[in-house]
Amino acid sequence: MMKIYFELNGEPRYVEIKPGEMLLDLLRRLGMRSVKEGCRTGECGACTVLLDGKPIRSCLTFAAKVKGHRITTLEGLGTPEDLHPLQEAFLETGAIQCGFCTPGMILVAHHLLSHNPDPSPEEVRGAITGNLCRCTGYVKIVDAVMLAAERKRKGEWR
Amino acid sequence: MKIVGKSVRKVDGIALATGQPVFTLDAVPPGAAVGKILRSPYAHAEIVRIDTSRAEELPGVLCILHHGNVPRIPYTTAGQGWPEPSPYDSFLFDRKVRFVGDRVAAVAAISEEIADEALRLIEVEYRELPAVLDPAEATAPGAPVIHDEEDARGIHDPEHNVAAAIDIRVGDIVRGFAESDVVVETTCVFPYVQHVPLEPHCVVAYLDEEDRLVIRSATQVPFHVRRIVARALGLPLSRIRVIKPRIGGGFGTKQEIVLEDVAAALALRVRKPVVMKYTRAEEFVAARTRHPMKVRVVLGAKKDGKIHAIEMDVLSNTGAYGTHSLTVLSNVGSKTLPLYNKAPHLWFHGKAVYTNLPVAGAYRGYGATQGYFALEVAVDELAEKLGMDPLELRLKNHIRAGETSPIFEKIGEGRAGKAQVVRSCALEECIREGARRIGWEEKRGKRIREGNWIHGVGMALSMQGSGITDIDMAAATVVMNEDGTFRLLVGATDLGTGSDTILAQIAAEALGVPVEAISVYSSDTDFTPFDTGAYASSTTYVSGGAVLRAAREVRRQILEVAAAILEEPPEELDLEGGHVVSRKSGKRVPLSEVGHRAMYVTDQRHIIATASFVAPESPPPFAAFFAEVAVDTETGVVRGGKFVAAADCGTPINPALAEGQLEGAIVQGIGHTLYEELRFSPRGRVRNPNLFDYRIPTAADVPDVEVVLIPSDEPTGPYGAKSIGEIGINGPAPAIANAIHDAIGVRLYRIPFTPERVLRAIRAKSSA
Repeated sequence: MMKIYFELNGEPRYVEIKPGEMLLDLLRRLGMRSVKEGCRTGECGACTVLLDGKPIRSCLTFAAKVKGHRITTLEGLGTPEDLHPLQEAFLETGAIQCGFCTPGMILVAHHLLSHNPDPSPEEVRGAITGNLCRCTGYVKIVDAVMLAAERKRKGEWR
Repeated sequence: MKIVGKSVRKVDGIALATGQPVFTLDAVPPGAAVGKILRSPYAHAEIVRIDTSRAEELPGVLCILHHGNVPRIPYTTAGQGWPEPSPYDSFLFDRKVRFVGDRVAAVAAISEEIADEALRLIEVEYRELPAVLDPAEATAPGAPVIHDEEDARGIHDPEHNVAAAIDIRVGDIVRGFAESDVVVETTCVFPYVQHVPLEPHCVVAYLDEEDRLVIRSATQVPFHVRRIVARALGLPLSRIRVIKPRIGGGFGTKQEIVLEDVAAALALRVRKPVVMKYTRAEEFVAARTRHPMKVRVVLGAKKDGKIHAIEMDVLSNTGAYGTHSLTVLSNVGSKTLPLYNKAPHLWFHGKAVYTNLPVAGAYRGYGATQGYFALEVAVDELAEKLGMDPLELRLKNHIRAGETSPIFEKIGEGRAGKAQVVRSCALEECIREGARRIGWEEKRGKRIREGNWIHGVGMALSMQGSGITDIDMAAATVVMNEDGTFRLLVGATDLGTGSDTILAQIAAEALGVPVEAISVYSSDTDFTPFDTGAYASSTTYVSGGAVLRAAREVRRQILEVAAAILEEPPEELDLEGGHVVSRKSGKRVPLSEVGHRAMYVTDQRHIIATASFVAPESPPPFAAFFAEVAVDTETGVVRGGKFVAAADCGTPINPALAEGQLEGAIVQGIGHTLYEELRFSPRGRVRNPNLFDYRIPTAADVPDVEVVLIPSDEPTGPYGAKSIGEIGINGPAPAIANAIHDAIGVRLYRIPFTPERVLRAIRAKSSA
């Protein structure tokens, strides 16, 4: 057993981790249930979280690796009372069907828009290509990211 | 209409958008044991000996179940209505294994690691039996008999591995072809493909304070799970409660009982909560697949293009167990042949056969998808032979409102069907609008070249159903709270489709309140009324029908109370914006006043109603699909340029959700058309049970998908609605096959259209 410090959704955490424990399991153990297990082999993207702002597969990342780093899960982006504009846009465009891929999709989109506020639909497709969705055909997910980007450019959110 | 027809946000949207713990595995009781399944390494074998002693000695192992210590009760894992049309050919655990991945034993342990270790310590001695992997060989004399157990029931011909068979004749097929000027014959092959929901199957089973068994499961059919688990475990149905939380996609695979029976058996034995989940690899091997099929279609037509005779001959592979074998087989014909209803001579026949391969089951489209691939490629070939535009040929032959087909009466759900007239059909408009959007006139037959890439366009039509006539039943309860808000309790199962939302919209419309005034609680066998479940494109039509009836009865009760308050006859009153309003005097009373009065003040009663709706018929939605592709003649790569679908689902209750159903189904269909196929070793092992080797479409693979809803008004549906969930998946394979032919003059009859297959077909044609 070892203990590590890391920042989870803006809060410092000092937690015990098990030897060989994956970040996916640690985060779910800590109550971050938005982090989904779809394959455990890094192929589906449902377990995506942000490490210092960049998307990673938490199922392929050892928990020990996040020591000293900043982790953001969907829980850290917005809440039911205070939705993040990306969450708003996903709701508005009908981009959520079953919702299982949604956390990963929103986090990847968040990263895209943080460095490219004016993406083309192709760039959005490229950014989310590692995140599988079986319900929507990606059509409305791309619409949602484009809508959120437009609002970001208008200064409606940062 | 104020709420129906609006793209309101999903009622569960905020929870899903913010990652609330709403899925099965997000709420596992503390201290739950982990259940795991030991699977067969052989395609066909007898279990001679099973020794669990070493595994049981492992600290932390709580229980091991196998054929030697559970009751032997035949059942089907197919979550269908009762009596089930699928054979009872499954057991909780059996003495025999019938495919690589079949259940041998199950373990419950205090951790996943210990459960895995215990599986390794179970010693099993197998006597391997000859296996049959090819459905054509399965029925040959001397083929190994897969279901030789004496206690199975409902198998059509076990000695010849025939799970189900069908033979339907209309008119005189021999005369029909003799009278035809042109005859074409097409055989199309559909391989093993999988649903791949993002959330694999999972379940939590536990005993509550009253010792009742609670099953929280990612299922499309909570009421069928309750009934089937009761049978499989020999429990009274009343002792079981099934709850469906949010589900991470289903597409039919969660219409099957693949974990609930085992989890329940383990939980009863260890008297602790048991959590079970499939790994992605198990999902590929031991969940369910689409029925692989070979479908041969023969079309006879007159010179003017009138289709005169259709033969459809099906060989369906149901794998090791016969789940949905008869009904999927039936649907190959029943959902396709009525589309070309002018043909007086029809012969639909086929078999569903057992093989020692993974188990096929329900998958969105349910046989229609396989049928339309062959039928719509055949229609394209017929047009070619007649020298007609395939669009004109289809316009000449497709069914229209006011018409019928003898097939409706001949083929039902594992039994005879029921005659019905198509009351709503906007297919002609769908064809014209889709053609306009793809640029059919400008692009067809032009073979526009860009380097090695050649462009082509192709089309296909489809219809489906809306629920199963006289079988699918749903009930709904509408309850008024005293503040003028409502609770809607439905057995219907939202698997991500948005059915909770559209059912709330239907209730809100009838009650004159916004959707926010309706709280939906669904899919809990203890607290919601019965519903057959989410399959057969039934929810909007059947469950929606029940909701509308219940809401109208509550409306009647509200008006009765309001009439007393306003001192006007109820016939003069309307519900509008949360008020009862008099059309005559303009007087209004808020619903909260009606609610308080009814509950607390005068002539007290609870304003509440439950209503049932049985599908009186199964009105088909219709769709026209158009694909534009580019084929690289050097590499054989097929690139989707654009895909247009124009669909008639009656009134779209929520257009954004309806579009989403169509878009998702189309891309799933593009997946099986271009990429997906389970591959097997010569010994029957799945070679690609992972998402790297079994590739489903990514965002980068998807062409420009454009969907358009062309409304019609279905008089038997709630506010004119029909279904939309399945139909979209029927279009891509034939439309893309036909587009490839338009581009390069080569016909492909086996999906997926991989570069190797396309190249081989190009070479075969140029050497011919």
